[in-house]
Amino acid sequence: MNSHDFSYLANVLHRRTGIILAEKKTHMIETRLMPVVRRFGFRDIASLLKELHYGHEALVQAVIESMTTNDSAFFRDRKTFEEFRDIVLPVLKLARSETKQLRIWCAACAAGQEPYSIAMVLDDAKLIDAGWTITLIATDINSQMVARAQDGIYSQFEVQRGLPIRRLVSNFQQEGTSWRISDHLRRMVSFRTFNLLDSYGWLPDCDVVFCRNALMYFDLKTRASVLDRIGEILAPDGALLVGPAESTDGYALGYVPADSAPGLFYKSKPAPVRRLSLVK
Amino acid sequence: MKTCLVVDDSRVIRKVACRILNELSFETEEAENGADALVACQRRMPDVILLDWQMPQMTGIDFLKSLRRDSKGNHPVVLFCITENDPAHISEALGAGADEFILKPFDRGLIAAKLAEVGLV
Repeated sequence: MNSHDFSYLANVLHRRTGIILAEKKTHMIETRLMPVVRRFGFRDIASLLKELHYGHEALVQAVIESMTTNDSAFFRDRKTFEEFRDIVLPVLKLARSETKQLRIWCAACAAGQEPYSIAMVLDDAKLIDAGWTITLIATDINSQMVARAQDGIYSQFEVQRGLPIRRLVSNFQQEGTSWRISDHLRRMVSFRTFNLLDSYGWLPDCDVVFCRNALMYFDLKTRASVLDRIGEILAPDGALLVGPAESTDGYALGYVPADSAPGLFYKSKPAPVRRLSLVK
Repeated sequence: MKTCLVVDDSRVIRKVACRILNELSFETEEAENGADALVACQRRMPDVILLDWQMPQMTGIDFLKSLRRDSKGNHPVVLFCITENDPAHISEALGAGADEFILKPFDRGLIAAKLAEVGLV
């Protein structure tokens, strides 16, 4: 890929998704583009990028999806889920005890491991049994990943990453060499393809937003824009959870970091509460 | 330094597992069947055991049942290494006292992740 082609591709990707491409990763970019070349019948990457100038939406979307990173795992960064379970959830259970409504948005869900991990934590807390209404929305820019997430079927390799065996046995059904998430967990999650640069108008006000391992692919200006817009749909006492590599972003952009809980931020300074310990 | 007993009738798998565990700062010991593993545990109880399922003389599940009956046998974290993911096998092993599972073939990332999940790295 010559530098002119790289610049063009990087520009399209940044304009459409906010994602920054690094020129040093040209080999990885070419590897990711080759399936698109084959799928659409192009001779080579140069031909594909030439056609991209004409703006055929299906082709642009396929190129964008090939460039997104979809690596994920159940309970990835275990501490995040402990913070959600032990700090965020107990406080919200008290704060929402009258309405018994909880709205959670998982903003970059990849193949669904993160929203299903959240669903498992909520299931453990038995909120639905106690009459709570849980709205758990999961989105990703990659429509193929969203379709996979909706299917909720994972390989043996995928369920081995981060998922304790007891959760596997109790929350999945085996299908040949794969594992399917239980219906009651799948029904808890509403999936939708969504670009974080698009309008957030369709989203409800949320009590918790998981936006993990997505911001790090954006430049500072795009990060600020996304965090601003998350702030607009986050409840005044709502919590934002970001990835370990993104833990300074929220702080820099006006969110209030939680004490001793890296990656957890509040929209505004929370009322002092005793830290609850619910570790099993 | 934490200790790990690698129990497998394949010498190659034992060597691969030991190399990975050494890189993860574990002191390792090997046994090629359940009976030898029990002797090793009586000599010194390890912190973690990587346990194969099918072995001559004493299978992994029989070893595990014997281990958990020992007065000090609840100490080691037992990671069962299996090639089949049949829920019935898994349930049987959990009932016998297994803590976690690793599907063969394993690599460094998978062993490290499982050890992290059980709080050993």
